[in-house]
Amino acid sequence: MLIFIAKRFSFMVITMAAVSILLFVVLEFSPGSVATKVLGQFATDEQKNIWLEQHGYFDPLWQRYFVWAGNFLTGELGESHRFKVPVGEILWPRLWNTAVLGFWTFAFLIPFSLVLGVLAGMREGSKLDRTISIISVLTTSIPEFASAVFLSALFVFGLNWLPGTSGMISGFDFKQLIMPVLVLFLYDFGYVARMTRASMAEVMTTPYIRTAVLKGLPYRQVIMKHALRNALIAPFTVIMLQLNWLLSGVIVVEFFFAYKGFGALLLEASLNQDIFVIEACAMVAVFVAVATQTIADIGYTFLNPRIRFS
Amino acid sequence: MNDPKDNHTAPVLEIENLCVSYFARSGEIPAVIDFSLSLAPGESVGLVGESGCGKSTVAMAIMRYLGNNGDIVDGSVRFQGRDMAALSEAELRGLRGSKIAMVYQEPMAALNPSLTIGDQLTEVPITHASANPTEARDKALNMLRDVNLPDPERVMDAYPHQISGGQQQRVVIAMALLGEPALLLLDEPTTALDVTVEAGIVELIAELSRKYGTALLYISHNLGLMLEVCDRIGVMYSGEIVESGDMDTIFSQPRHPYTLGLLGCIPLPHSDKNARPLTAIPGQLPLPHERPDGCNFGPRCGSFAAGKCGVDAIPLAVVPQEAGSPHHVRCARWNEIDPATSLPAGDYRPPNEVGDTVLEVDGLQKYYTVRDSSLRAFVTGKTVRYVKANEDLTFNAREGETVAIVGESGCGKSTIARVLMGLETATGGEVRFQDASIGDVTAQERSPDQLGALQMVFQNPNDTLNPSLSIGAQIGRVIRKFGVERDADRVRERMLKLLDMVKLPLEFASRRPRQLSGGQKQRVAIARAFAGNPAAVVADEPISALDVSVAAAVSELIMDIQRDNKTTLIFISHDLGAVRYLADRVVVMYLGRIMEQGTTDEVFSPPYHPYTEALLSAVPIADPTVEKRRIVLEGDLPSVLNPPKGCPFSTRCPRRLGDICDNELPAFRIHGDGHAIACHIPMDELEAVAPVIAVKEHAAE
Amino acid sequence: MTDISKAPTPSALSALRSIAILRESWIGMIGTGLILFWVFVALFAPLLAPHDPLAILQPFAKPGTFHVKSGTTLWLGTDNLGRDILSRVIWGARTVLIYAPLATVCAYAVGIIMGLAAGYHRGWWDTVLSRIGDIILSFPVLVLYIIVIATFGASGFNIVIAITFASAPGIMRIVRGLALDLRNRDYVAASQTRGETSFYIMVVEILPNARGPLIVDACVRLGYVIITIGVLGFLGLGLPPPKPDWGGMVNEARGMAMIFPHMTIIPCVAISSLVLGFNLLADGLREVSLRD
Ligand SMILES: Nc1ncnc2c1ncn2[C@@H]1O[C@H](COP(=O)(O)OP(=O)(O)OP(=O)(O)O)[C@@H](O)[C@H]1O
Ligand code: SF4
Ligand code: SF4
Ligand SMILES: [Mg+2]
Repeated sequence: MLIFIAKRFSFMVITMAAVSILLFVVLEFSPGSVATKVLGQFATDEQKNIWLEQHGYFDPLWQRYFVWAGNFLTGELGESHRFKVPVGEILWPRLWNTAVLGFWTFAFLIPFSLVLGVLAGMREGSKLDRTISIISVLTTSIPEFASAVFLSALFVFGLNWLPGTSGMISGFDFKQLIMPVLVLFLYDFGYVARMTRASMAEVMTTPYIRTAVLKGLPYRQVIMKHALRNALIAPFTVIMLQLNWLLSGVIVVEFFFAYKGFGALLLEASLNQDIFVIEACAMVAVFVAVATQTIADIGYTFLNPRIRFS
Repeated sequence: MNDPKDNHTAPVLEIENLCVSYFARSGEIPAVIDFSLSLAPGESVGLVGESGCGKSTVAMAIMRYLGNNGDIVDGSVRFQGRDMAALSEAELRGLRGSKIAMVYQEPMAALNPSLTIGDQLTEVPITHASANPTEARDKALNMLRDVNLPDPERVMDAYPHQISGGQQQRVVIAMALLGEPALLLLDEPTTALDVTVEAGIVELIAELSRKYGTALLYISHNLGLMLEVCDRIGVMYSGEIVESGDMDTIFSQPRHPYTLGLLGCIPLPHSDKNARPLTAIPGQLPLPHERPDGCNFGPRCGSFAAGKCGVDAIPLAVVPQEAGSPHHVRCARWNEIDPATSLPAGDYRPPNEVGDTVLEVDGLQKYYTVRDSSLRAFVTGKTVRYVKANEDLTFNAREGETVAIVGESGCGKSTIARVLMGLETATGGEVRFQDASIGDVTAQERSPDQLGALQMVFQNPNDTLNPSLSIGAQIGRVIRKFGVERDADRVRERMLKLLDMVKLPLEFASRRPRQLSGGQKQRVAIARAFAGNPAAVVADEPISALDVSVAAAVSELIMDIQRDNKTTLIFISHDLGAVRYLADRVVVMYLGRIMEQGTTDEVFSPPYHPYTEALLSAVPIADPTVEKRRIVLEGDLPSVLNPPKGCPFSTRCPRRLGDICDNELPAFRIHGDGHAIACHIPMDELEAVAPVIAVKEHAAE
Repeated sequence: MTDISKAPTPSALSALRSIAILRESWIGMIGTGLILFWVFVALFAPLLAPHDPLAILQPFAKPGTFHVKSGTTLWLGTDNLGRDILSRVIWGARTVLIYAPLATVCAYAVGIIMGLAAGYHRGWWDTVLSRIGDIILSFPVLVLYIIVIATFGASGFNIVIAITFASAPGIMRIVRGLALDLRNRDYVAASQTRGETSFYIMVVEILPNARGPLIVDACVRLGYVIITIGVLGFLGLGLPPPKPDWGGMVNEARGMAMIFPHMTIIPCVAISSLVLGFNLLADGLREVSLRD
């Protein structure tokens, strides 16, 4: 078990290293273009050369990578040429905002999708099951930007209940959080609910559930004690991996609602070629994704006695 | 131990004219038709029949657990006088697991993988006897002792996957008995287990049902097993009981042609493949929606008479007899059938002529490496361990001869096949086939001639054919691959000839595997193996997955083709009955090593290797005239990863001598001409052992 | 090989058979209907579109406005530049139904090759390919797309490459899993014992028998690729502007959603219905495959 955890962690480190190399090569392979991005299109070659010289860009690629990676690990993320401030200064608050968004999304997503998924899977083919299945196909079929459009048309322009943007210009406003959370929730809900349903439905057809029923246990106990424990192992992994998807979702949602989060930052940076911000954001995103995956894997083995004790 | 309120003369279970149907998209599937049965307290009744005949459905109907698409459409089930259909859900729950309990076929699947065994056992007294957790735990522990589990305390805290299959089944039995049931339903409780383990479980069931006075409904496809457990028996065919009565009556006075047919295709100790070959029942079990008018068995019955059998459903008739429980038979012509003369038997065939040695296996070793990623392995540096699947195997096979390799699961039978076929290469030793060394030549490196000369038939009929290709294409590919024919027309001609050889209609060439039954698929697999005119065929459990009547037909077919082609047959099996019937010579394996080898007669009569002796005793024999000496082995098969140091059998051997067995590997002792036994016991002592099987009276000649 | 080429290719046949069986699943029927509708629209875009999708007619026309110059009714109105939304949606179907299947097919080609190699050969092939796949999959997809497209520029070709790159590892995982299972079948052993090449075994013995789950997955994935293309368009990273593209239409009209909701809602309905079609078809196929 310890070995397994150690393995997972070393794989995580290797992945991060591989990704960072990839990222570095893609973005900083040619110093010339980096200089253009940083100094703007109208900088003269001379200006560029001076800048490159100053920042050590004439060193070989691998050497530059290690300097870059070293800086990264010490929190030296470079400077945003658009905002003219160190990247950290804009990144961390933005990340916090996204964390808030993600927290609320998950706070609704997990209970709703698990409960509905379990209910649907408990009695496969029942009315409730069919309804939940259809709702979940529908919601997973509507891209985030489209549900943002539909929901805005309804709640913002139609009913005038909610604000249409979530810039939070005059401080934190819970109302402004509702629309982004709702959109993210809707898109992910269907997927998690379907997975939970499938897992539950499969467990319900297993012989050990039959054993439990034919032991004369009350239905509640069959479900709570025998079915759920096995049926929730798969959704746990799915939910952990859903964080990865959330990182994609926030980009769209934050862009749509002008929410000042991490996703919007990454997008803006890409559109403006703000290279150090892109690098920092990408590394953070990958870190979050890989870390959750690691937790998911370790958690899976903990939940599953068949793997835990072998 | 029984509830004092029980009236001991009243039956525990009465089933009357039960009809159960499943409702599928395609319509109603009548799975059980007009089924009646009554069971007295403490009595044990067997239900035997081939796959899909509705045995499990009867058990589930008794439990009133038929899923969302099954329903009882007619008849009644009364348990201790109460109509099960009239019970409320709560009353039903009160009966399930306490008054009526069940033991299932797959113990591993029947236990919840993420709850400890203790948790699953204590639930029963907590639910049904309102016991508190400590009482429940005590009861469970006692029960685990009753089912002879070693170290019950440890088992209580274990998860199901941490104990062996045989132990799991003991746990399931303990769970069933914890509610002190009046009726125990057993649905193929030992089918998934090894024979020696099966013998232990069967004995346990018989013993405990006596001790607790439980009535048993024992479902199985194995007639021999029934004989050991049951007082009465019902033979099912295609949803109906076709014959029922006392065990002895059914065996000595069978009236229904199906029962007769069934008895005729089970290999018994005195069957002989040359003097009295088995006779298979022609055809196959009809699917529930394809049942014929009149008698369901009609299309396969030799006594079919159009006017009598093919019109109306046949009612159950009572065969008059002097004593015992009533003998029922569902046949319109039962009084014209004389059990003494109707037992089918095939005609005499001359024995095969045995030629030169074709295959020589000398000191074959095959180790598989497994990576151990546990902390202990990491610390001790033993992260790579070896599974010694085959260790020092030496045997040979001659032209036209059938050599059987027999042993329980994990003894390395299939590994031999894989090495012979070039799917794996040997770790050591030599395999010579037709004077070429093939032990470390993979299939890809062999020449087409070599490949065609040594072919294989696999175990699982549903797995042996590529579901995406037609039968014709698959056989054709082999013919071309082995260079037998190249021209498209000639290939087709040869393909059709092969289909004909395995007695399949020629239209099957264009069919897909899923349109064929298990036996038919196995025939195609045989045709495929014989496409390149092989000198030798390795058959790895070719009939184990088939129903008895079909298995007999397939094994007869293999023998016929073998005879015509003078093929050497390496027959791998765990079924001693089939081995005794089919083989000329037998190799007995245990944990990767050969324990004994010799001609069939030598191996099946003293001197025995102690393992062979136990194996012989464990195999159920469907013949009441045969008497067996009971030897029930303790414990389970050791892990192949960690075999005993000395004699592989030393952990379970009833004749163990002492330290010498634990520490020293016994060498082969030769008895007579080539009969080799690996055991420390001196040969003269082994010779003095009495035969395991004796015939009570003289069997019907 | 003649016998195999003579027999109708199993996957094509079974796809046809599945569609025929789909008649029993109304969910699948609705899905097929939606897909066929959009395929029809895309195929006959030139005939169906009342206007040139790039022609500027009259800005900010609400749905149902009568356009005097051409004497036609603008059923779905026009966008901020005055282009006919109906025509743009129709041509947009063509865009998405070219790029999405193209990207999916490329991803499948790569994913199947890698998956078969990893799953059938096992060993270090498997280790290397799986690790690479894991690393790619650990990227949040959209972050990956944004970086790739921001770096290499937005073009149809780059979108296809990016999607292939990001989806192939997922497909590889599925194919690998199926191959790991199927390689243990006796019929695979049988073909090994007659000395078939690895290529033959992978292509004839394994791949055709993995088709069921793969077809279902392909439907789901196509839907997802359509969403991806839409999202990229919406983020301004899609095809360069004048080309009608549903996501791009939403992006351009985003600022005016308050006053002219039709400009955003209509393309959103279009993309959602097409994705729904694929998801329903996948569900229907799954239902049918479970039935027998
Ligand atoms: N849930 C179900 N839905 C539809 N048909 C079913 C269902 N369960 C069983 N059947 C059909 O009912 C018939 C009897 O099945 P049953 O399982 O009782 O047979 P069995 O004798 O126990 O067979 P086996 O020896 O294979 O266990 C079979 O033809 C089977 O295909
Ligand atoms: S009723 Fe006729 S067909 Fe049926 S078993 Fe009896 S003799 Fe044979
Ligand atoms: S050597 Fe010893 S343990 Fe082995 S079979 Fe003989 S008596 Fe039994
Ligand atoms: Mg059964």
